[in-house]
Amino acid sequence: MSAATPITLGETGLFDPTAPLTPSGNLRRRGVINRFVHVTATAAAFAAVAVLAIVVVSVAVHGASSLSLGFVVHNPQGLAAGGIANMLLGTLEIVAAATVIALPLGILTGLYLTEFAGPRARTARFHKLALDIMQGLPTIVVGLFVYGLIVIPTHQESGFAGAVALSIVMLPLIARASQEVLLLVPGTLREAADALGVNRWRTVLTVILPAAIGGIVTGAILAIARAAGETAPLLICDNIYNQTSTSFNLFHGVPSVPMFIYTSYDLPLTQAVARAWGAALVLVIFILFANFGARVLLARSRAKMGR
Amino acid sequence: MTEGDSRTASQIIRGEEPPGRVRLRTEPVLPVIRPAVNGSKTETRPAVFDIRDMAVYYGSNRALVGTTLKIYRHLVTAVIGPSGCGKSTFIRSLNRMNDSIPGFRLEGEVLYHGHDLYGSRANRVEVRRRIGMVFQKPNPFPKSIYDNVAWAARNLGMKQQLNDRVEEALRQAALWDEVKDRLRDSALSLSGGQQQRLCIARAIAIEPDALLLDEPASALDPVSTAAIEGLMHNLKHRFTIVIVTHNMQQAARVADRTAFFSLDSTGVDRAGTLIEYGDTETIFRGASDPRTRDYVAGRFG
Repeated sequence: MSAATPITLGETGLFDPTAPLTPSGNLRRRGVINRFVHVTATAAAFAAVAVLAIVVVSVAVHGASSLSLGFVVHNPQGLAAGGIANMLLGTLEIVAAATVIALPLGILTGLYLTEFAGPRARTARFHKLALDIMQGLPTIVVGLFVYGLIVIPTHQESGFAGAVALSIVMLPLIARASQEVLLLVPGTLREAADALGVNRWRTVLTVILPAAIGGIVTGAILAIARAAGETAPLLICDNIYNQTSTSFNLFHGVPSVPMFIYTSYDLPLTQAVARAWGAALVLVIFILFANFGARVLLARSRAKMGR
Repeated sequence: MTEGDSRTASQIIRGEEPPGRVRLRTEPVLPVIRPAVNGSKTETRPAVFDIRDMAVYYGSNRALVGTTLKIYRHLVTAVIGPSGCGKSTFIRSLNRMNDSIPGFRLEGEVLYHGHDLYGSRANRVEVRRRIGMVFQKPNPFPKSIYDNVAWAARNLGMKQQLNDRVEEALRQAALWDEVKDRLRDSALSLSGGQQQRLCIARAIAIEPDALLLDEPASALDPVSTAAIEGLMHNLKHRFTIVIVTHNMQQAARVADRTAFFSLDSTGVDRAGTLIEYGDTETIFRGASDPRTRDYVAGRFG
């Protein structure tokens, strides 16, 4: 900028105010760039959704032929016939065990972060960071860790070891979801309860958790859906053989849907591959329903809180 | 405590009768002594709060300095003053509600019936159980009207005659007639003024010794405000009341004694401080400090 001539705003004659209202100056070029970015961003967003749609549709197309009532209520017969009832049951057992471990720990972690960590929550910030890192932990690493922790000392691959690994996957999801929804509970309720001389735990149990329960359940459902499809930890910690019988003993190998898909997809039998697709479809349907159910629950609890 | 005696330990300590009918201290414990009207500072009542050279800091920020006063039993004490003069800081320090604010630090002494409120042996939860508080914005729990009032009593183990206790609290908060047929409805369905009276009922249901009101009517319409001022006249026979208010007429109407806080501009940075404290009559008619006279006459801020 030269300091030569001072300018008087409003008198520099930038444009002719009586000209038609079409873009002038650099507005034309800016307009083109703007439209380009707008279109690209829109396309990217739709492409992301399209990936999900393609995955769901292709699983549905390939899996539909094997899907029937018999497929979900019968045990497999050999490698190429029968259903996946024992695998569904096994997944249910493992995920239930993982939930029993992860749910209380996750909710308590969320409660610590929002209710007990106190105003100078340097530790709370550290915990949040740790939970976020934990969320991004490769599940195969989690599987290896539990393998060393449980499988090697007990000399036994088991559904329980798989459940422990899955609970590690679920814990940060539940803890962060609980924390988010607990933060939505108005601070004025805590203040009101404090002013009545009631201990924080009673307040948490009878005021704060009831207000937040919808959101916490939502987080738990999403975590369960995530864990139900998790494969790597089970591959390492659970027994992948002997998948034809029903097992109720979590301390031995328990068959599961993801492992069934893993062991069936490249068998040289058309029937086996079709059944892998069918199992994948069952899994996807479960996850879709869990997600939709969770959204509905969350919307309902948000509405209740905002009332 | 003999077997079958259903009184709680604190009831026995306070020498209360065994339950026949729940009475939230309906009879005045002491004969009502009218406060001196001639501005004399002698007071024969026992002091509930004896505050000595209190100063409050938030981090390095001074909020309140050099505040010394006594708050007497079964009187309404009003705290008035311009915005930012530390009124809320002061009242919230009386039941340790500021403890959860990062950087909060209190100097000086706050004695409550002779016990150091901030002493190492004072339990914060017990402090608040004895010294209740009602906030500027009504904050009922998202529960039924009944459960709002019964909540603290239940959690503090006062489960005998809970229905009577709830009714009595609602009566004393002048809300019973409006809600007696809808106790199971959500408290959030009440109007703002009703919600605030519910919060008062919730606070007195556990029979605190003192009741702190932090601008309880500032978010309410004039009719609700009048209702709350009216019930304070009855409540002061059983509870010691401290009320912060922006509204000088309100202080003149409800308070026996009034404390005027303002900004102390003598220090390097400005902090709130107590300017003058005395009978309400004196503060409004014959204040000795020119700043008080200017403020009550509306010549300030």
